Amino acid sequence: MSELKLPIYLDYSATTPVDPRVAKAMMECLTPDGNFGNPASRSHSFGWKAESVVENAREQVAALVNADPKEIVWTSGATESDNLAIKGAAHFYSKNGKHIITMKTEHKAVLDTCRQLEREGFEVTYLEPQADGLVDMDKLKAAIRDDTVLISIMHVNNEIGVVQDIKAIGALAREKKIIFHVDAAQSPGKVEIDVKDMNVDLMSFSAHKTYGPKGIGALYVSRKPRVRIEAQMHGGGHERGMRSGTLATHQIVGMGEAFRIAKEEMAGENERIRMLRDRLLNGLNDMEEVYINGDLDHRVPHNLNMSFNFVEGESLIMALKDIAISSGSACTSASLEPSYVLRALGRDDELAHSSLRFSIGRFTTEKDVDHAIKVIRQAVNKLRDLSPLWDMYKDGVDLKSIEWAAH
Amino acid sequence: MAYGEKVLDHYENPRNVGALDKDDTSVGTGMVGAPACGDVMKLQIQVGDNGVIEDAKFKTYGCGSAIASSSLLTEWVKGKTLDEASQIKNSDIAEELALPPVKIHCSVLAEDAIRAAINDYQGRQVAVAEKQSA
Ligand SMILES: Cc1ncc(COP(=O)(O)O)c(C=O)c1O
Repeated sequence: MSELKLPIYLDYSATTPVDPRVAKAMMECLTPDGNFGNPASRSHSFGWKAESVVENAREQVAALVNADPKEIVWTSGATESDNLAIKGAAHFYSKNGKHIITMKTEHKAVLDTCRQLEREGFEVTYLEPQADGLVDMDKLKAAIRDDTVLISIMHVNNEIGVVQDIKAIGALAREKKIIFHVDAAQSPGKVEIDVKDMNVDLMSFSAHKTYGPKGIGALYVSRKPRVRIEAQMHGGGHERGMRSGTLATHQIVGMGEAFRIAKEEMAGENERIRMLRDRLLNGLNDMEEVYINGDLDHRVPHNLNMSFNFVEGESLIMALKDIAISSGSACTSASLEPSYVLRALGRDDELAHSSLRFSIGRFTTEKDVDHAIKVIRQAVNKLRDLSPLWDMYKDGVDLKSIEWAAH
Repeated sequence: MAYGEKVLDHYENPRNVGALDKDDTSVGTGMVGAPACGDVMKLQIQVGDNGVIEDAKFKTYGCGSAIASSSLLTEWVKGKTLDEASQIKNSDIAEELALPPVKIHCSVLAEDAIRAAINDYQGRQVAVAEKQSA
């Protein structure tokens, strides 16, 4: 087995390294000897060659999600795809109504886009998830109105890894004739995606969560039934007018290759990753006062989100120099902001503050996981020895019974 | 977030971690902050008959800067009179630890903690005196 390399990267949900096979394909599209042409150039072979690899990549992306290649629009990433889908559909269909439904646990790329539409006169319902992070279908049904034109619900949550029942939501949206957008930035290679079977109208993808490069993504726009969106980026009329701008051949080829590898290897890879995740979970779960955030069954195997009660997240991250992970506590301003996703699940602020997100990926090894378990246990014990809250808990004091002076 | 050297030093080797007997009349206890806000500091001082702080202990739930602020504070207050200790300003702590602006609230909390501990101690002395005169 390979040597332990520190620090250990356990933040694959933030971004992944580019797979060396992907990097190789990308490098063939840059230099004078390579395939550097503008795919929109119609008058020479440089353009034709570039166009051909772009179309090949489009097929590779489409194949992973059971779409037609004509339904794939290149963007700069999932943020842009979310903006294009939500603003584009809301604007196009605004004559039918101005109500949108989404969820409180969505990525900011969806939430902030909805906020912008509110400023433009749309009304948005932000659904509370159940305590396990999943959509409450009854609440969703109840939120639908005659003027609802768009439902936007993510597939895999980036913080807690829970997987929504997109097929059930898609069936409901189709029945009610409401456009259905799904942010699937975290899904490719982790869970099966079938846009037809799921009745999805618009779906956002990103390359850099799936071992492709940053700065490239795609939006699936259904042609059957035909879904229309208003362009947000105007110019040369690329991508059938939906998104202008010279196509970034090397980025697109990278995304295509990354999605090809995902399709081919996901079954075996997910089994290996699930084993590693369970190893991590079992190595931590016997500690006192630890809580798993989000449903464990409806979840991608890559993600583990845990709260270590009575320990503050940022100091925990600080003690975990050897591992690269993210915390549910964003202690970056005078008012400490615990994760809005965990709060939406109804988690106490304390537990939200003490949460860590581990995300495992293609290059994680058993040794990595074992080392992570060791240092996490040490750090939590050290910080609990320092924590007045831990002492109070041990003395049987109910922390909720105390009147804290909020500051 | 990158931390300054002094914060790291106090975080990795915190001084005076522990607890004093909170029922001892020569001990003052201050607990400030709130779990929901992400930091709680408990600071205890033991005061001699001459009004000098002989010992100080802390426990802190919070980020590295909060832990460092309270650790530093225990070092500073030892050997000081209550009067001197109550003059410690949050800005002194922030400066010594080179806290960035977003962490200034940690030093404010430390200042609150020493004030609270002194108040608690003084309250106890009044209570003791009343008991004796009663
Ligand atoms: C669920 C989700 N949506 C959108 C994004 C944004 O993707 P991108 O970085 O490609 O803009 C991310 C990644 O941070 C994500 O996890």
